[in-house]
Amino acid sequence: MLDDRKTRILFGSGSVLVALALTTAIVAATGNNPLQAYANIIQGATGSPNVAANVLVSWVPLALATAGLLFTFTGGLWNIGIEGQITLGAIFCTWALRSLQNTALSPGAIIAVAVAAGMLGGMLWALLAGALKTFGGVNEIFGGLGLNFVATALNLWLIFGPWKRPGVASMSGTLPFEPELWMPTISVQSRLAPVPLVLAALALVTAFILLRGSHFGLRLKAVGKNPRAAYLLGIPTWQHMLLSFALCGAFAGLAGAVQVSAVYHRLIPSISSGYGYTGLMVAMLVNYSPVFAGPVALFFAALGVGSIQLPIVLKLDSSLAGVIQGFLVLFVLMGNGLRLKLLRRKRGTL
Amino acid sequence: MTIELRNISKHFGALKANDSISLTVPPGCIQGILGENGAGKSTLMKIFSGFLKPDSGEIVFDGKSLKIDSPDDAIRLGIGMLHQDPLDFPPFRVIDDFIVGSPGGIVPDRRKALADFNTLSKQFGFSLSAEVRVGSLTVGERQQLEILRLLWLGAKVLILDEPTTGISQAQKEILFATLKTLADQGMTVFFVSHKLEDVEALCTKAAVLRQGALVGSMDRPFDKAALVRMMFGREVELASKSSIAPGKKVLTIKTGSVDSIRLRIKDVNLQVRAGEIIGIAGMEGSGQDLFLRACGGLVEPSGGQFCLDESETPMNGKTYHDYMRQGVTYLPAARLEKGLVPGMSLAEHFTLSVKPKSAFIDKKAAVALSNERIAAFNIKGRPDSPVESLSGGNQQRTLLSLLPEIASLILVEHPTRGLDIESTIYIWGKLKERCTAGTAILFISSDLDEILRYSDKVLVFFAGKVTPLIASESLNVQKLGELIGGVGWDALEANNNA
Ligand SMILES: Nc1ncnc2c1ncn2[C@@H]1O[C@H](COP(=O)(O)OP(=O)(O)OP(=O)(O)O)[C@@H](O)[C@H]1O
Ligand SMILES: [Mg+2]
Repeated sequence: MLDDRKTRILFGSGSVLVALALTTAIVAATGNNPLQAYANIIQGATGSPNVAANVLVSWVPLALATAGLLFTFTGGLWNIGIEGQITLGAIFCTWALRSLQNTALSPGAIIAVAVAAGMLGGMLWALLAGALKTFGGVNEIFGGLGLNFVATALNLWLIFGPWKRPGVASMSGTLPFEPELWMPTISVQSRLAPVPLVLAALALVTAFILLRGSHFGLRLKAVGKNPRAAYLLGIPTWQHMLLSFALCGAFAGLAGAVQVSAVYHRLIPSISSGYGYTGLMVAMLVNYSPVFAGPVALFFAALGVGSIQLPIVLKLDSSLAGVIQGFLVLFVLMGNGLRLKLLRRKRGTL
Repeated sequence: MTIELRNISKHFGALKANDSISLTVPPGCIQGILGENGAGKSTLMKIFSGFLKPDSGEIVFDGKSLKIDSPDDAIRLGIGMLHQDPLDFPPFRVIDDFIVGSPGGIVPDRRKALADFNTLSKQFGFSLSAEVRVGSLTVGERQQLEILRLLWLGAKVLILDEPTTGISQAQKEILFATLKTLADQGMTVFFVSHKLEDVEALCTKAAVLRQGALVGSMDRPFDKAALVRMMFGREVELASKSSIAPGKKVLTIKTGSVDSIRLRIKDVNLQVRAGEIIGIAGMEGSGQDLFLRACGGLVEPSGGQFCLDESETPMNGKTYHDYMRQGVTYLPAARLEKGLVPGMSLAEHFTLSVKPKSAFIDKKAAVALSNERIAAFNIKGRPDSPVESLSGGNQQRTLLSLLPEIASLILVEHPTRGLDIESTIYIWGKLKERCTAGTAILFISSDLDEILRYSDKVLVFFAGKVTPLIASESLNVQKLGELIGGVGWDALEANNNA
């Protein structure tokens, strides 16, 4: 008898191999040596304590976004608007830092307030997408896309308008904050800050606990799978949907706040850096499991960081990481679809 | 054509759903398939119609062995199946649902399909409108749509899995007459049912399944008692009627009216008291389901006053969840679509149905609760079984087992749809226990016997009009059938005015 676990492992690893084979073929077709490219990526992600730290730095927003998305996916919602929610988190955080930087508050308190403000910003932006869906009947995918554009526009306007650098506005963002308003890092040269790392891990743990073991998680799952039945069972349907948006938005906002206060120390145009979209991929790849979300996000972060130096060493674009990530998601999803189809045929159930 | 099923076997894990079943059906035969819930009837029919693959066995048409790998293959061979739970497309318009499976190329000939649809629909006396959404139809109407679709696709063998549980007496008679005509023309019909009366009225032969095996078969005329013995392995007694003295007011409706696009119900005056069982009868689509939903806040009344308990404050405009807090529960007819959550297990359903003691789920308590409910409602399944893997009757038991502990008013559509005789008695036993504890029940049923047997009072709907409450002792099947068809209302109204 083909059991679920075995076929899952079989098809999962098969899909990964196909994705790798295809990437290899593409790299070879560009006239590069694939093995060398992979070696480079590995080297680029693990070669020195510095790059390894960078992997963790990029893991933080990715893990936060993924953790948030687990809630919306469980609620049956496609929160494409997460990019905008990250951006709004960053904007709110910047705004709080700007407003408080010249007050008597201690830097620690200012940072804490700014991070909270970032979470609030992301949450409000997510609630907007949620409200558009539940009250306006706008599908959350379209609403989210629209709100992403608005968020980007707002961000650019702030950077080039009210918050522009003294003198000339520039694509390099707003004026950096004073170093005492930077989240403390493990050492002076490193960008790795321990607090965000802990927060990201906590976010994943929270997702795990709430989704796997709480009544809220179970109700959210019912809403996601069959809202009408959930309603008849007495579950406040739209409230749960909004709550899942709010949670996801708060995590996304936190990611944005971390990018501002711990990584860039200022607001930059592409502050969300596509972490939201990558988070969607990670969530799909792990089949919405909170257990695997962390490790796979780490792998994706490593791919991203590892491929940065590809254009320098080889004549390859760093978007190779994106290609690998995309193929992985595509083939794993396809593999799983195929697996279910085969299983059904074998077992003879429709 | 002569159809032979040879040694069909099918396992689900350790469970033998079909155990080497062999059956020969001559052309023009209406073959009844009987058996208790979970006996394996649907499984056998699904194998026959290509939805399931047997572990072993053969399907033979006129001596030729067939390979049926998919429902598509089956329909090409002329085998069409009407499922126990409708497999249609709720957001579609009726006509699009009708066309969707047809092999008519990329651009279907809508006009011809529409003409065919109307002709067929008229031939059966169905009153289906081609342009409404499938989702707005009642279960019975959706079954009708499916029958028309299969006939239109050229089905020569028609499999009906419990088709009579959602339709009215009058429609049933039309359906039976048509099936008989079709059989006279050489069509073979497989008719799965729990109702012996239906089998008696329609079938030429009957086969009985028990625990996956064929335990006997019989030709007309049927010995009902013998069939019941074959089905359950023992005699089954029908419950006797016992009424409870009605208690305090549970639901009071004053000049209530409810509107939908298709229908307007107006001037309903009704008082329901604790412990009462009120049966609601009427042709499909006469407004009874709309009315029942309005009694639970699922549809907003367009006028009048809907009051709960002894309160004088109307609940008009309140949501279902407000009603729930006052002890009202509604159980829908479309169980997999509206009542249960496919993809979730029995244990998860039970956990959802009780008030949580803390924010976190106590897994051990959940399993204990599941085992308790599974035993109490005699559900064939395990705590981790996904609801969609249960047999139809067991899904219905699950739905009923989700009723909250305390309820003042239960609104239920077709409470025993798809249940075998024994389970019907059992479930009504459970519902009556509730009544003894002070719960009132308002139920819709298309089974007149069920209405007369279990209700204290009856409401009849006809085209949006509603009778006053009629004591069920003063009714019989004949009289009730007439009222449902719109006959005898004048006398009733004259009586009422006098
Ligand atoms: N896909 C499935 N997976 C696992 N078990 C199944 C599946 N389908 C059916 N079963 C089991 O097989 C048995 C027979 O089911 P089947 O649906 O054929 O019963 P039935 O005679 O149609 O019952 P009912 O009168 O309740 O509709 C049941 O115990 C059911 O739980
Ligand atoms: Mg069945």
